[in-house]
Amino acid sequence: MNARLLPYILILPVTLFLCLFFLYPFVLVAAQAFTTGDGFSLENFREVVGYWKFPISLKNTLLLAAAVVPVQLALALLMATMVNRMRRGRDLVLYIWTIPLGISDLAAGMIWLAIFEQSGFLNTILGAVGAIDRPVNFLSYQHMGVVFLAIALAEIWRATAIMLVILVAGIGLIPKEYYEAAEVFGAGPWQRFRRITLPLLRPSLQTALVLRVILAFEVFAVVAALGGTLFPVLMSETYAYQFDLLDSGAAAAMALIILAISIASTLVILRVLRVPKGASI
Amino acid sequence: MTVTPSTDTRRAGRILYGAGVVLLCAWVLGPIYLLVVNTLSSPETVNTFPKPLIPEFDTGSLRFFLEFAGMLSALKNSVLVAGLTMILSILIGAPAGYALSRFDFRGKQAFRMLILLTRAFPLPLLALPLAVMFIRTGLDDTILGLALVHTTLAVPFSVLITYSLFSGIPLELEEAAWTLGCTRVSAFVRVVLPLILPGITASAIFAFVISWNEVFAAAVLTIENRTLTAFLLQNLDTSPLHLKFAGGFILVVPALIFIFAVRKYLFAMWGIANR
Repeated sequence: MNARLLPYILILPVTLFLCLFFLYPFVLVAAQAFTTGDGFSLENFREVVGYWKFPISLKNTLLLAAAVVPVQLALALLMATMVNRMRRGRDLVLYIWTIPLGISDLAAGMIWLAIFEQSGFLNTILGAVGAIDRPVNFLSYQHMGVVFLAIALAEIWRATAIMLVILVAGIGLIPKEYYEAAEVFGAGPWQRFRRITLPLLRPSLQTALVLRVILAFEVFAVVAALGGTLFPVLMSETYAYQFDLLDSGAAAAMALIILAISIASTLVILRVLRVPKGASI
Repeated sequence: MTVTPSTDTRRAGRILYGAGVVLLCAWVLGPIYLLVVNTLSSPETVNTFPKPLIPEFDTGSLRFFLEFAGMLSALKNSVLVAGLTMILSILIGAPAGYALSRFDFRGKQAFRMLILLTRAFPLPLLALPLAVMFIRTGLDDTILGLALVHTTLAVPFSVLITYSLFSGIPLELEEAAWTLGCTRVSAFVRVVLPLILPGITASAIFAFVISWNEVFAAAVLTIENRTLTAFLLQNLDTSPLHLKFAGGFILVVPALIFIFAVRKYLFAMWGIANR
């Protein structure tokens, strides 16, 4: 076989596949969003943005992302540095900490439902210590703060692992000599973390944040399991347009809006955490 | 913290560190334990207050789950879709991973961009236009149709993971086999494949988990042939608590096993995929 052609033959299947199932549907969804009956129009966008639930679901999605992602970043950084200096039991601890990576958002929703529902474990514990007399229905509109907290906790619990994995891999790439040199010059743990780990971890931080923020805008099943219709988010609204209202034009418009937010935030993260040329390891 | 900590502060630091590790382990395992307690309790116990904190080992909830109309076929659909996704994403992705690790070719950067681009997109959303396309081609509500969409989710990972795995095997090994009379194909089959097989398995398992866990596209693209996640989502409003918890438990079990199976590869995968 011709060695010049071989790489192209090898990448052909995946390229064709992605063109058919990634680029083409992307064009379709854009076309669908910008057309109504007679040609090009912004009617779909006007409809979804003008709907009274849109500002609420946008606000909920952004608030949730703003509450969850920084906590996850801090937690993942903490866990990654803890694991890095671990000598015994590293594999076991890493296994336990990465378990949520394999757990679906729906299952995570169910898990936290077991804690927060009316006959759940939170009520049981609060009852046992005498804080409440009767079980409280936490996941109701009277307790919107608790609904938000439950969803945020479930998200933090479930999706910190993906950042952890990326950061642990990234820290593994930092040469140990840097730390030894810093120690020789008398840098404490905090200084080593700030002056060596953080700057050299930038590419991994970038990947981890981009991936995590996009997933945060896609939050859906956790919210569906815990908040139901109490807590509308962009993705659940998209689902509702497609299924309950059977308006695929509006659903497509919602999809494009989520896409636009994702791309915008990706660009911001890439810009803020940009790696200076030639400065990578 | 001081530059030369005294033994006291050092010991305090160690205790704090140990406590932190244990606490974070409990943070991950605690909620799963509570789900297990619920799953292994009778439906009556699940719906009562207050709740016991140790399981009573009653199979009532699980039996109810398995006997619930449509649940078994949903479980079967989930396994089939995930299995098909696993096979497709390896068959399509691994050759590209090999090409990326072994060849420098024009358009390599563009190809890598295409792969990375897919990760920057909320992919499940693409299920919306595909629903229309699938109705035209007869793929709607089929195992294959959903598996194709899930493969779109999984294949970028399988390309990047196999790329990093193949990069870990020195080209010299292959070249040695060529000089000993192997063709490119037979050298690959006899030398590279045995070395790479465990890693490929890990990446296949990863694809399986991606598909097994996916909710949105599954709910959009299936109607009669619901997968487990789509079925549970559709019945969220109406299903009793013990059904939800047993369903959640069944979703979690493969995750526990799979993460255990791929744990060695998890970090190697991401280390290279990052660059």
